[in-house]
Amino acid sequence: MNGTGWPRLLPQGDAALVVELGDGIDREVSGRVTALADGMRRAAIPGVVELVPTFRSLLVHYDPLVLGFADIAGRAGELLAGLQAAERRLRLVHLPACYDEELAPDLADVAALTGLTPREVVRLHGSVDYHVYMLGFLPGYPYMGDLPEPLRLPRLTTPRVRVPARSIAIASAMTAVYPLESPGGWRLIGAVPVDLFDSDRDPPALLQPGDRVRFQPVERAAFEDLRAAWAAGGQTLSVEEVAA
Amino acid sequence: MTATLVVVQPGLHSTVQDAGRFGAQAFGVPVSGALDLDQLRLANALVGNGAGEAALEILHAGPVLEVAAPSVRLALAGFDATLVVETGEGRTIPAWRSVVLKEGERVRVVASRRAACVYLAVEGGFDLPPVLGSRSTYGRGRFGGLRGRALAVGDRLPLRRERASERGDLRYPDPPAADNGPLRVVMGPQDDRIRPESIADFLGADYIVGAAADRMGLRLEGPALAHVNGHDLVSDGIAWGAIQVPGDGRPVLLLADRQTTGGYPKIGAVCTADLPRAGRLRPGDRVRFTAVAVEQAQALRRAHEAWIRRLIAGAVPADERVIDLEALYSANLVSGAVSGFEWDDAGVALE
Repeated sequence: MNGTGWPRLLPQGDAALVVELGDGIDREVSGRVTALADGMRRAAIPGVVELVPTFRSLLVHYDPLVLGFADIAGRAGELLAGLQAAERRLRLVHLPACYDEELAPDLADVAALTGLTPREVVRLHGSVDYHVYMLGFLPGYPYMGDLPEPLRLPRLTTPRVRVPARSIAIASAMTAVYPLESPGGWRLIGAVPVDLFDSDRDPPALLQPGDRVRFQPVERAAFEDLRAAWAAGGQTLSVEEVAA
Repeated sequence: MTATLVVVQPGLHSTVQDAGRFGAQAFGVPVSGALDLDQLRLANALVGNGAGEAALEILHAGPVLEVAAPSVRLALAGFDATLVVETGEGRTIPAWRSVVLKEGERVRVVASRRAACVYLAVEGGFDLPPVLGSRSTYGRGRFGGLRGRALAVGDRLPLRRERASERGDLRYPDPPAADNGPLRVVMGPQDDRIRPESIADFLGADYIVGAAADRMGLRLEGPALAHVNGHDLVSDGIAWGAIQVPGDGRPVLLLADRQTTGGYPKIGAVCTADLPRAGRLRPGDRVRFTAVAVEQAQALRRAHEAWIRRLIAGAVPADERVIDLEALYSANLVSGAVSGFEWDDAGVALE
């Protein structure tokens, strides 16, 4: 358990149960959240509608005409108690990333604010394997951490009205990719050529909570070729299975 | 030729919605679906559809549609809303009954003055492909419904049925009335992040629905609520009806197109029995909240379910003569007397 006071099993309305396993951003807590989600999925409890894993909690949507709050909280509590630190295999996803200045409107500012050169910012951003904590905000939007300390900056004071789809973004300890064009306040330092979300794909999101992601720098010409291949439906992503 | 409804005028914001898109929230895909699931279900039942069939959700001002099919059976749900057939001699058809329109007839949906949303169901449903298991329109993601957006002039809504069945029309003799009672809320999960005096304000004050109201949520104007330890929270999952308290302390009631996750404290969530009422709130409406325990909220939901099942089971054959509202008003037949018509008199046959 992460400190005292957890887990907390709380109602959110009469059709959702929150299982809180901590209050911060922590890979160990995140791992327990995904493990609980896996366990509940396997348990296939009638009346459970769907599960939404987030940084530090699992939201269990259920049908209150089938399950009472005490029933679902009881089942979740049992599963939690029996949770094994199972030997998990992780997916390591290699995401091509282009940091060309045309695709990175905030790269120069990030360099200036951190006292680094743009080249160092790019090197640092690609220097670690990120953990996908959760998807949210937009379909397929991955919250990935942890960003190397020197790159941690607050969000833009004034969010952009339009962030282009596939932009690589950073804010505090997180990095993400905008799957769709959307308003957004994170700082944009590059772009990926791949579609993180496609409603016709199963599963629709490229990344799943618990995945590891490694950004692989590519030059602009290679980026454009990959983009054209993805737009044409040819998927060329490298994914390997690794030990946790 | 494919049977369709042609959009002559789109209305303010008319979208195809069903009972929602479940199973993809973990990927960040909002549930969407009808703001008012009761009215969706009641409209569907009148045309013989399943409870969650996709229908047209019409916000604030209705569209004008033309029938490009041999015939189509429609039903409108929504308090004082009406269908006005503008072709031929013209006629007005009240909400809460089904009716068959013929090829070339044009119908205007006159939305309700008491609800933000009304629902127009078609017998057999719309012939649109489900996306991630649902026909609901998700505008921001640009998928679902008709090309992932609200209706536009010239659109054609494909109908699964070529013509209306012979099943006969139905109506609800005792349709639901608008109810402005307080919305009942299960407090939490982060009410411990709101100061106790602010919780008292939240439960004691009148709030007004602000102008920033859409399918995602309603901003509420009233006493600002003060946080304990600031308003930043590590993002977690959001349920339908959750009430978020962002930095400015003005609560936001989250509805069908809500994001799946968010980082503001949630003071509580409206209980599912009251979500249809929350969904039909309009800018300027007054809202009050009252706290209930989760067990009580679930009992309310069971009672609500029993009520709506009774209402649907109580549908009776509708007589063609009911259609002319003005004649009805002048003859003072609106309540009671119409149920005296015999099924056979209507000249419609059951299958």
